[in-house]
Amino acid sequence: MNWADLNLVPAMPEIFLISALSAILLLDLFISDARRSITYGLSLLTLAGTAALQVYTFEPYAQYTLSNMFVADPLASLVKLAMYGATAMILVYSRQYAADRDMYKGEFFTLALFALFGMNVMVSASHFLSLYMGLELLSLSLYALIALQRDSVPATEAAMKYFVLGALASGLLLYGMSMVYGATGTLEIAAIAKAIHGGSANQLLLVFGLVFLVAGLAFKLGAVPFHMWVPDVYQGSPTAITLMIGAAPKLAAFVFIFRILVQGLDGLTADWQSMLAIMAVLSMAIGNITAIAQTNLKRMLAYSTISHMGFLMLGLLAGNEQGYSSALFYAITYVLTTLASFGVIMALSRAGFECDKLEDLKGLNSRNSWYAALMLLTMFSLAGIPPLVGFYAKFAVIKAIVDIGLVKLAVFAVAMSLIGAFYYLRVVKHMYFDEVQDTSPIVVRGDMQLVLSLNALALLVLGVVPERLIEICVEAMKQSLTVL
Amino acid sequence: MLTLTHFLVLAAILFAISVLGIFLNRKNVIVLLMAIELMLLAVNFNFIAFSHYLSDTAGQIFVFFILTVAAAESAIGLAILVVLFRNLQTINVEDLGSLKG
Repeated sequence: MNWADLNLVPAMPEIFLISALSAILLLDLFISDARRSITYGLSLLTLAGTAALQVYTFEPYAQYTLSNMFVADPLASLVKLAMYGATAMILVYSRQYAADRDMYKGEFFTLALFALFGMNVMVSASHFLSLYMGLELLSLSLYALIALQRDSVPATEAAMKYFVLGALASGLLLYGMSMVYGATGTLEIAAIAKAIHGGSANQLLLVFGLVFLVAGLAFKLGAVPFHMWVPDVYQGSPTAITLMIGAAPKLAAFVFIFRILVQGLDGLTADWQSMLAIMAVLSMAIGNITAIAQTNLKRMLAYSTISHMGFLMLGLLAGNEQGYSSALFYAITYVLTTLASFGVIMALSRAGFECDKLEDLKGLNSRNSWYAALMLLTMFSLAGIPPLVGFYAKFAVIKAIVDIGLVKLAVFAVAMSLIGAFYYLRVVKHMYFDEVQDTSPIVVRGDMQLVLSLNALALLVLGVVPERLIEICVEAMKQSLTVL
Repeated sequence: MLTLTHFLVLAAILFAISVLGIFLNRKNVIVLLMAIELMLLAVNFNFIAFSHYLSDTAGQIFVFFILTVAAAESAIGLAILVVLFRNLQTINVEDLGSLKG
């Protein structure tokens, strides 16, 4: 390797993030519990600085660096900016929540930033080794974050379940990677695509590896039949951590799947298309139907996540630029909606009380009509009711699969989202038409109130004028697909 | 003479044992951690065999990274296990049932 040719500019945001993160890790040792806000402020500054560098180093084409292990393309930049925003919002939302639960420690911030760094590596990886390292950095940080509440039985149990199933998923993924390596003789994603197109790869090993790769990816995404961990982990984790698992990592997982299946195993599209179709159908069916039976709000949202991941896979399996960009749009808006819904749950929780049952929302409108309205917006968006953004996201994905002739699948998806509307509207019914049970006042910090309101209103604004974001998604995808 | 197939079959057997260990084990969480470790070692076996028969060192370098990550992973796994034991006073898999729905 020639050191003179080493161009680190494309990786600048990551280098800044890991340096600032290490500094925070050290500084925090000298900060007393009472002045933890310094760590909080520094973490937000780090996110702002990383985002600024991300914009500053942006180029409208793919740049490779670090021996072709790292790629910075428009897709990666867009998704990373969304992840910085999501992480910053999570930090704002969880400030009071974490302080009330004895989680407002240095580890909370450093682990959250380490998880973000892992996601950045996943999103920018162009080599199996960097994909794996990013994924593990994210997963290990999340295992530790869930167990941060050391004396809580549900949280430690959730951590153990997530750990075992997460490690199993990594094992499946690695086994698949080793098979693809054996078939193509390389670990570099672009070279794998070339070897498959050139016909020099061993087909048997390749398809065998693909099955394990898809299983591992489905585990990480939480798609049926690999979804068992999602409800338990969502319910058991402290809500702030649930949000860290349920928001930005979904975006990272989407790009992860895109890099492996679309950019790497492009030559096997017909094979993975049918696997994704089966998983999408099962996810939408089991996710939506099981959610109806839930009484725990976080568990219900977990099943709703499973069904939304089914929708996301519909976009991926369309196998063309339109499908991928609509899936990207779906992922970004889904993360925004998740942030708002769990944000409201955190706003309604207080020290010693988790607002995680459906009945806790009863009569919310008469207690505080603004939070009821915000929750109403997120539920309508998740259900896909126009003019909220969830409608356009679903519409774009369904249009993509109708255009490739999978009309039956599209009809099924619409039917399943109708079933899904039932349990979202039940939440609305609880809030607006039921008697109040809990009359304690809702106290929320001013900054959280502002960000949460903007977040929920963004769902409405993006729903009315979605064109700009759709355009950005299409443009980013176009650039990433021309690399092939 | 040992061929690539021999190595792949051995790795596949190890992998299958570890997956069965995770799903069939109903007694002890430590056995789960051992099964996870065995799974990563089976993958390493695969990588080394391919690396040797392809005469390409990338696979062997990957193994070093997997070994390192496996060490970090078992450290975290055991830490969670200690916390769990402190809360539940048991490490029986069947007692992990407070989250249901």
